[in-house]
Amino acid sequence: MQGNEACVEGAIAAGMRFYAGYPITPSTEIAEQCALRLPQVGGRFIQMEDELASMAAVLGASATGVKAMTATSGPGFSLKQENIGYGCLAEIPCVVVDVQRSGPSTGLPTSPSQGDYMQARWGTHGDHPVIALTPSSVQETYRLIIRAFNLSEKYRTPVIFLMDEIVGHMREGVTLPRPDELIINKRHISYHDGANKQCYAVPEGKFVPAMKAFGQGERYNITGLAHDVSGFPTNNNAVAGALYTRLMEKIGRNLDDIVRVEEYMLDDADTAVVCFGGTARAVMSAVEQARAEGMKVGMFRPVTVWPFPEAQLRARLPGLKRVLMVEHNYGQMLLEVQRVAAERLPVGFLGRIDGTVIPPADILNKLREMEGRENAQ
Amino acid sequence: MPSELIHKYMRIDHLPHIWCPGCGNGIIMRDVAVALEELIDDPEVNVSREKTVIVSGIGCSSRAAGYMDFNSIHTTHGRAIAFATGIKFAHPELEVIVLTGDGDCSAIGGNHLIHAARRNIGLTVITFNNDIYGMTGGQYSPTTPTGDRATTAPYGNYDRPFDIAQLAAGAGASFTARGSAYHTRETTELIKQGILHKGFSLIDVFSVCPTYYGRKNHKGGAVEMLQWQRDNMVPASRYYAMSEEKRREKILVGILTHNEYPEYTQEYAKLLEKVQTGK
Amino acid sequence: MRYEMRFSGSGGQGVILASVIVAEAAVAAGLEAVQSQAYGPEARGGLCRAETILGREKIWYTKVIQPSFLLALTQDSLDKYAQNLAPDAVVMADASLSLPACVDPARALMLPILATARDKVGKVMTANIVAVGAVNKALGLFDEAALTEGVRRHIPAGTEELNWKALAEGAALVTDEQAALFRRSL
Repeated sequence: MQGNEACVEGAIAAGMRFYAGYPITPSTEIAEQCALRLPQVGGRFIQMEDELASMAAVLGASATGVKAMTATSGPGFSLKQENIGYGCLAEIPCVVVDVQRSGPSTGLPTSPSQGDYMQARWGTHGDHPVIALTPSSVQETYRLIIRAFNLSEKYRTPVIFLMDEIVGHMREGVTLPRPDELIINKRHISYHDGANKQCYAVPEGKFVPAMKAFGQGERYNITGLAHDVSGFPTNNNAVAGALYTRLMEKIGRNLDDIVRVEEYMLDDADTAVVCFGGTARAVMSAVEQARAEGMKVGMFRPVTVWPFPEAQLRARLPGLKRVLMVEHNYGQMLLEVQRVAAERLPVGFLGRIDGTVIPPADILNKLREMEGRENAQ
Repeated sequence: MPSELIHKYMRIDHLPHIWCPGCGNGIIMRDVAVALEELIDDPEVNVSREKTVIVSGIGCSSRAAGYMDFNSIHTTHGRAIAFATGIKFAHPELEVIVLTGDGDCSAIGGNHLIHAARRNIGLTVITFNNDIYGMTGGQYSPTTPTGDRATTAPYGNYDRPFDIAQLAAGAGASFTARGSAYHTRETTELIKQGILHKGFSLIDVFSVCPTYYGRKNHKGGAVEMLQWQRDNMVPASRYYAMSEEKRREKILVGILTHNEYPEYTQEYAKLLEKVQTGK
Repeated sequence: MRYEMRFSGSGGQGVILASVIVAEAAVAAGLEAVQSQAYGPEARGGLCRAETILGREKIWYTKVIQPSFLLALTQDSLDKYAQNLAPDAVVMADASLSLPACVDPARALMLPILATARDKVGKVMTANIVAVGAVNKALGLFDEAALTEGVRRHIPAGTEELNWKALAEGAALVTDEQAALFRRSL
């Protein structure tokens, strides 16, 4: 199964029944597979006139109570940003898949890249919370997209599924879990007859308001303006401030639930290679080769790439002598790693932006070089 | 009784509205509310308040969604029709009404307008067309007549304007009509027909903006601008009784195109049936 | 042990599908496999390449570093990808092409893949399936059941007979002596 197909099959298993998208390489297979598969499961597929419309239609569909998804790549991800922000502020769950390609602009449309890492965090204007997940294999894509939907429903926020061309266009064997092995968050819709003047009120002990759906017998308002608990625009700074703070805190206070990492051979390691997504494939290879040469190297891979797994990386620092960041960009996650680690350890960097994939040998050379340079000092 | 309509179908705790004195938008919003009330009260047709969703974009007109006591969603600039497409396609049983303006619908949202018309998806789009960007202070819009002035056309507008209804009809809209703030009875009736029409319908309603468009172009105040509509726009009953020559000087208030094309969500329902039964 | 295979030709010849089928056959045979391709705008015409990596253990790095097998259906692809092969690599190319000097003729199979598809199977577009039949006969990668499963998953219903014929004609292009020489156990 191809990575892009696994993304669709996982999404359908998660309950996704609405897809709106616009064709763009290298995410096109996701749209094609949705067009084929959604009618078979009673879902709806629509090819919209552009990327902005796709994102808007997904939010509209989700507001009626349907789990909805769109997929795109680089230029399309830029175009979707305004409405992603709308989803953040109006708290409309949905999943936005970005199969990254080389940029900026049209760039290298069919080449791998991880250059949208920072855009996934800061792409839409204004302060807002973001959850972004990145798979590194076809198998993981299937399970992780389900988690993306679950987090999206639980925290009422768009979740960015930040894939790369390496995984999106790769085929490998996949063992599909049985449906009863999967945990799927159903959307719990609360009812209230007539006009609801408290539809954005947060129940005691919860982080988010209860979900509503249009057409279920209650009337309420959704807006992209700062709003009060009634869902109507407000110019009251205290009320607006409280809303923004709650939006940030619903993610910020639940990092234990949201953040996941994969750690490989780190327990006795003095060197951690940090990477995410498809890059992990070369890193795993390099770690095994480095171990064979006697170097104590392990891998630290954020699966939740936003929020960055700061606590998890910090916990590893005391045992480490150095960190190497490997990513297919000019140094984006590097900034996060430096923020967490650079005061205590040397942080090396290996990146690539020419549209080719970093091979294990380059990582191995970089590891040798880092270790050798320190030994020479 | 107007006061009853306000209590029944407006969110009175969010009134008074933000529109300027003399603005035509309040009149058009009332037309929409009257049309909905009459349809909801009519046992012959299946329109209910619970299943009605009002969608708007950004601009003066788009504030109307928040004042009307229905399910409502005030979206991003230009994207109301795209959000509405998602809502209608996800739940075709919903009556989805888009309240938009000339800039929202035909400039930044023009692509969504023509493609929703092409699909013939069962939305009812009502444009509050005031020939100007009012919310941002009077810049020219795609419907500002050539030669007219705006804050971004200090020497006169050198763009050619759109006729939004013709644009939608050209893109395949199966029902298009024109109303005006002055002709409330006719406009209300056109909105009702648009809602009952199964495919995509667009009612382009000429509003008046005395604050920016009127003042910049020496069109007088609200009263003079409404009088201009009275004198130059003619309901269908009288329009078609006039000579061809006379008609050329007037603007029709009435239906412009009315065709029965397959409706998008109904076609999709057939596709679902076909895929699932294998027939 | 990782076994790296590269499939190349001109866009539209179906070399990506050939590489996908080999990967799917490997999975059906219980092996690990990873398949990817260099995507270009060249849906028709232009240089095109796809890669399949096979092994018994988990395959981490998913791109070919130095292929042990190359299939080439055009002169451009043969000339370009014949560079940088593993020392013991096997090259399979269409008989209409000329082998570059850098390839040892003893390690090359020049087979009339395109002509067989056109004349014997009767459809030029089955060249990729003919090639898959020849590849498997030469390298002895999978048993018959796994190979046909790989093909079956990727062909339109109603074309089975045509494709089985293409597989068989492809296999027939490789002699038993050649198969014994190039057999590759994973």
